[in-house]
Amino acid sequence: MNQQLDEQNRLKHFLTVEGLSRTLLTEVLDTAERFSPVGERAVKNVPLLRGKTVVNLFFEPSTRTRTTFELAAKRLSADIINLNIAASATSKGESLTDTLRTLEAMQCDMFVVRHQNSGAAAFIANQVAPHISVINAGDGRYQHPTQAMLDMFTIRRVKRHFDGLVVAIVGDITHSRVARSEIQALSTLGVAEVRVVGPKTLIPNRIEALGAQVFTDIETGIAGADVVIMLRLQQERMNSPLLPSAQEYFQSYGLTEQRLKLADKDAIVMHPGPINRGIEIDSAVADGPQSVILHQVVHGIAVRMAVMSLVIGVHAAGTN
Amino acid sequence: MKIDVIELLDNMSVELQNNINAAARENTVFVGVHTGGVWIARHLHNRLANPSPVGELNIAFYRDDFSRIGLHPTVEPSKLPFDVNNRHLILVDDILYTGRTVRAAMNEIFDYGRPSSITLVVLVERGGRELPIKADIVGTRLNLAASEHVKLFGPDHLRLELCEAKT
Repeated sequence: MNQQLDEQNRLKHFLTVEGLSRTLLTEVLDTAERFSPVGERAVKNVPLLRGKTVVNLFFEPSTRTRTTFELAAKRLSADIINLNIAASATSKGESLTDTLRTLEAMQCDMFVVRHQNSGAAAFIANQVAPHISVINAGDGRYQHPTQAMLDMFTIRRVKRHFDGLVVAIVGDITHSRVARSEIQALSTLGVAEVRVVGPKTLIPNRIEALGAQVFTDIETGIAGADVVIMLRLQQERMNSPLLPSAQEYFQSYGLTEQRLKLADKDAIVMHPGPINRGIEIDSAVADGPQSVILHQVVHGIAVRMAVMSLVIGVHAAGTN
Repeated sequence: MKIDVIELLDNMSVELQNNINAAARENTVFVGVHTGGVWIARHLHNRLANPSPVGELNIAFYRDDFSRIGLHPTVEPSKLPFDVNNRHLILVDDILYTGRTVRAAMNEIFDYGRPSSITLVVLVERGGRELPIKADIVGTRLNLAASEHVKLFGPDHLRLELCEAKT
């Protein structure tokens, strides 16, 4: 049985997109639609999680993910604690399990976890007391499920439905937990075609098993695509043996206005952020009319509100 | 049970118009509570030829039973396409029972702004109030046992049906 589901197949944690049905993913998207208007009201708050304490447990740096989780919690009227790991007892050698026990003792209800090790979120979900929900904000190279869901939400908002869509994910697929989650979410939601595009050194072997077609030439890779998702080229890769240089990467795989013309004329350009201007994407494209990058950020709040409410709601219902 | 909903709506709209005139409320705007309340609000809105759009409330996020039953599955989000501040609201629901839905609706309205007034209009008022909430305009009053429930079906051919709750 999927660790993140209860006996009635409802989400009690949100760890991975893998193994979740189309119905469940659609429920997350529909719930996010209902939270969307909240940000435009005078009082940007609903009382759903009033009295609950959410802890942002970020072992890796983050701006947008952490901030949007914080905003999502606050818009649900929850109390939120941002644990600054570098300044915490972890740097004194406190184990992860001890950190969790300490926070549980303070009656926290939910952990939002980002960690450098793949599987960390599931590990934590196995350790915590039964009434606590765990949300994966990115673990190692494995999954970033809320990013995938907010990207799906963005696609659905613009394109209305997933059938018939050709989606190209461009960049360092090997090191991308976002790519993994997105390939699975896109397949589950029934898009026509998922393509991964990048240099051979940055595409994992047998990624086809996840349902993606491999392209090592960006021009054929994005030809006719309805959605182009650009991934960030990480600093560590730029000077590694896997790539000649950042400049050469841009030459071969950068999304320029010229290249974008090869995609469908109504194609949208997405990026989970932060963007490296001039390395994976041209400023003109990132700031251009087909870019929905800033929309993705706003949608992240509604999607995270939806995920948090769904899992806490299941814990609530389960205790009665 | 044979209740002529259309006849009730006719009577309610006359009573509501008199109520609005008596209090000299200008520029009123209708807000219905999903789903039945929205249907009723639209009918009354048309009968009174009200020029403002009809607001819709999905009170799922304001219910008092979230910690018992979790997130209530509903479809439509709330939409109040006007500024609530200083407006006279006509809040409409189909059934007034415990009063908790109206409590939630008012809490939600106040998160949009401060209305000048709220007039509560319901199609059916049944016994069983658990909160000090009262309707200003009532279509019909029904005396039902706790195990009996009344439901409005629609949106075309609105009709009320009585059913026994499963125990």
